[in-house]
Amino acid sequence: MSSTISKHAIKIENLTKRFGKITAVDDLSLEIGWGELFGLLGPNGAGKTTVINILSTLLEPSDGVASVADNDVIFSADEVRRIIGVCPQEPSFYEHLTGRENIELFGDLHEVPKDLLKDRIDIMLQKIGLEDDADRRAGQYSGGMIRRVSTVMALISSPRVALLDEPTVAMDPVSRRAVWDFIRELKNNGMAIVLTTHYMEEAEEICDRVGIIDQGKLIALGTPKDLMEQHDAKDLEEVFIRLTGKKLREAV
Amino acid sequence: MGLRRTRSLVMKNMKMFTRQPAVVFLLLLFPIIVTATFGLAFGGMGEGGLTNFDVGLLNLDTTAADPRWAESFEGNLTELEGITVLYFDANESGQSELLQGNLDAFIVVPEGFGDSCTSYWNSPFNGSTWTNTTVELYVDSGSMIASSAMPPLVQQVVLSTIFGNEATTLDLPVDIGSPAMVEASTFSQWEFMAPGIFAFASIFMIMIVAQSLTVERDGGLLKRLGTTPLKSHEFMLSQVISYMIIAVIQVLLVFATSFVIGYRPATDASGLVFAFGMLLAFSLVNVGFGLIAATISKSAEIATGVSFIFIMPQMFLGTFMPLGGGAETIARIMPSNYVTEALTTLFLRGAPVTTLSVWMDLALVSVIGVVVLLMGVLLFRRYGTR
Repeated sequence: MSSTISKHAIKIENLTKRFGKITAVDDLSLEIGWGELFGLLGPNGAGKTTVINILSTLLEPSDGVASVADNDVIFSADEVRRIIGVCPQEPSFYEHLTGRENIELFGDLHEVPKDLLKDRIDIMLQKIGLEDDADRRAGQYSGGMIRRVSTVMALISSPRVALLDEPTVAMDPVSRRAVWDFIRELKNNGMAIVLTTHYMEEAEEICDRVGIIDQGKLIALGTPKDLMEQHDAKDLEEVFIRLTGKKLREAV
Repeated sequence: MGLRRTRSLVMKNMKMFTRQPAVVFLLLLFPIIVTATFGLAFGGMGEGGLTNFDVGLLNLDTTAADPRWAESFEGNLTELEGITVLYFDANESGQSELLQGNLDAFIVVPEGFGDSCTSYWNSPFNGSTWTNTTVELYVDSGSMIASSAMPPLVQQVVLSTIFGNEATTLDLPVDIGSPAMVEASTFSQWEFMAPGIFAFASIFMIMIVAQSLTVERDGGLLKRLGTTPLKSHEFMLSQVISYMIIAVIQVLLVFATSFVIGYRPATDASGLVFAFGMLLAFSLVNVGFGLIAATISKSAEIATGVSFIFIMPQMFLGTFMPLGGGAETIARIMPSNYVTEALTTLFLRGAPVTTLSVWMDLALVSVIGVVVLLMGVLLFRRYGTR
């Protein structure tokens, strides 16, 4: 890990990822600061998850550079893994473990001090409204409950950078708002958060800045308010229509 | 090395083993059931004394001049331990009962049987003057025990009838020595099979390793673990430790079950400790094969089928199945064969634990275990996590 405090939480320069003849991410450059909640928007297949997977050290870029807290995702992958928390798009969890045990396992993998871990789990479960169901087997959870547990699994280590891939998909409005509040609180503690979503209202509500991706290319970058003003749009959905000529839902 | 990470994953695996009914069955109940059923089914075979035979008898020599010979035959047959004699008046009814499995054997004492015996004693050294007859013996061809046990028993009854009960205990000027292998003839079939059953019980670990890893991979868990500080060698170590714990539990269960049904291996505590070591080494082989099966399987369902590629040869060519010819040659490349061979030497032949051959077997299984495990780890890391 870098000994000095890095200027950027995440820095991406000319990032390209190709799968055979398909270019999933095309010459993407981006900088995300500490304490920033950054929304990566775009339809399914736009390349959002590929960016998250590269930042998570799961994929190697074809070209370009990506670093987390000045740690290159290829050459300092171990350092990157120590400071990130990842909530994947498909909520991966152990069905035979309880919600609490799933979270505890990821705390152990990040070597969160034992005495701190227990308290942190209790606090986080309370914040996402799962304290009553925490000791049930996760295999019995509803889709929304699994998403919430999956989010806490990613954040239990209090990572310096959180990479949340569609964390609120399939959640009911109450659960979604609980997760939004939770994420906002983490951001206020200085955590850099990258959130992918195709819910434009989510991005407008909680993100400091958003980047809109279409077909692997970054087509817009700025605060939700600035983007709406620039494109004379009433919401980000309209911004997307003006930029691409198609509705986000159609593109999905 | 993150010992805490490895320990947490081992605990996670232990919870999987105890909380998922299918896994509990295959890893823990299956070895108990196999041991108990094989032990009970084959425990009596070969010992003779514990088996009871229903023998039908038709005496056609009732009109002879001296019916006492036939009566003596009946008496000698009836006195045999474990024989229940049922009397018949007609050959057809006896044959019918035999065909239906209600009799283990059917004996027909022919007309003239008494005359034959008398003719012998009239001129014991002149066979040309004897009146020859034949005692007909029919055995239940569906019973392996009856087929092998009845002919010598009837032979013994005929000898006792003609020469008296002392005939089988005559003093002779020449003794037949009792080499150690003669002892083996008093063992039950189960005792021959038990060493192979111990190896067999842990072979199905291959399937659980392959299934659990493919489930973790398909569910995206391996990818998710890959975003944490967990190192791949820590993950693999957790797998090996978890399944070695299971191997220890399996061995304990199999030993306990076989002890309960009366099995007493011809070895001491050091032999049992050796057996534990051998089965732990064998668990390395099984974890390795499980990793290879997971690598080449695209889903948990396919992993089940692929596992049998590794299970079946080891099972049929290296555990309790009798081998011969080409099968014996192929068995030489089966790790399970060396496990069975070493345990047979200790448990059945009663060899001391210092015997060189069992240590050679252990060394071989350990080397194969390490090689297969390393191959499995490398293949799974390279191709299996995608």
